[in-house]
Amino acid sequence: MARHEIVSPIPGVFYRRPDPDSDPFAAEGQLVTAADTVCLVEVMKSFHQVAAGAAGTLIEFLVENEDVVEAGQPVAVIEPTVIEAG
Amino acid sequence: MIEVRKPGLSTTVQDGGRTGYYDVGIPPSGALDQYSLRAANLLVGNQAGAAALECVYLGPELAFTVDAVVAVTGATMTPRVNGEERALWESFEVRAGDVLDFGYLTAGARAYLAVAGGIDVPAVLGSRSTYGLGALGGLEGRPLTEGDRLPVGPSADGTAGVRVPEELRPVLAKDVEIRVMMGLYDHRLTDAGRKTFLGTTWTLTPVADRIGFRYAGAKLETVEREPPFGAGQDPSNIVDAPYPIGSIQVPGSVEPIILHRDAVSGGGYMMVATVLSGDLDIVAQSAPNTRTRFVAVDLDEALAVRAAHRERGRRLRAALAG
Repeated sequence: MARHEIVSPIPGVFYRRPDPDSDPFAAEGQLVTAADTVCLVEVMKSFHQVAAGAAGTLIEFLVENEDVVEAGQPVAVIEPTVIEAG
Repeated sequence: MIEVRKPGLSTTVQDGGRTGYYDVGIPPSGALDQYSLRAANLLVGNQAGAAALECVYLGPELAFTVDAVVAVTGATMTPRVNGEERALWESFEVRAGDVLDFGYLTAGARAYLAVAGGIDVPAVLGSRSTYGLGALGGLEGRPLTEGDRLPVGPSADGTAGVRVPEELRPVLAKDVEIRVMMGLYDHRLTDAGRKTFLGTTWTLTPVADRIGFRYAGAKLETVEREPPFGAGQDPSNIVDAPYPIGSIQVPGSVEPIILHRDAVSGGGYMMVATVLSGDLDIVAQSAPNTRTRFVAVDLDEALAVRAAHRERGRRLRAALAG
């Protein structure tokens, strides 16, 4: 099954954590569900949550924390969980 | 009526602007990209400065309870009716019960959605534009939120299938040149400081909204002085003065800020240059990371640019007339 790229829908500053004192939303190698938030993108003083969009293993982040990203830019990759047909 | 299912990042009602009150601190507001607003309105048979929706970076999801003719211009953010893509810069029909939403932004920053008949919120001081800081105009003086209902005015003659010719569509680039006139406070810069300002390729930071657009790139060298009475100690401070729309202030001599149509009307930072009014549309379509150079022109060139900008507006109107 094809890998799923998580794309930032907006331009802004990319954050891995909900706030500086908290743990990251997700670590590389972690299992996530489609609805899980994996990062924030901040623009115009508002923080936009970006969901995984697919269930599976978060293989890697493609940008560094606090990088400026563009709309439509892939920020992370997910290897979807494959359910084998019986 | 239009129901807001998802508001987008910051979607506001904007029109041609609320001119005439900046002297008492109320900025013009209105669409940051006035050309795209005008194009969207003319496409659906509205007055050019009618109230439309300005959608920043991420479009809204809207459910229509009435048939309508609409058009989307400005940023490249493809509209979809019930999931089916529609062309930008071209009017199209939406039926009662249809849902309009948008694809990802791929160029520019702000899309304009005009509806035949206009967005019929009450006019405040002669304008339907939203001024968020002042909680004035638009829908309750704020960006749209989920569950809002937008009234649509009576439509005279909206027609689907009207297009803006390619040559009358703006070019949306990640590298832009913004023409400015130097002053009124560029005497606070040394020659080296002025050279740095005009020679640097600045990068738009994510701090870019309807009030101001902040750029990073270099520090400007200032002339040494004793601060005059009434000015702060920082070399970038001046005795408080009015801020023109489009003026570029440089707090701390780093990170120039272009003031746009929701700006405060005055303050104590040196304004080293002012953007030509026609080029404020280019600023409006700049997303974070846009590489920007400021190009100084003299008064004659500035007036020629203004005349060319108006001529382009006339050509747009002529192309969409009838």
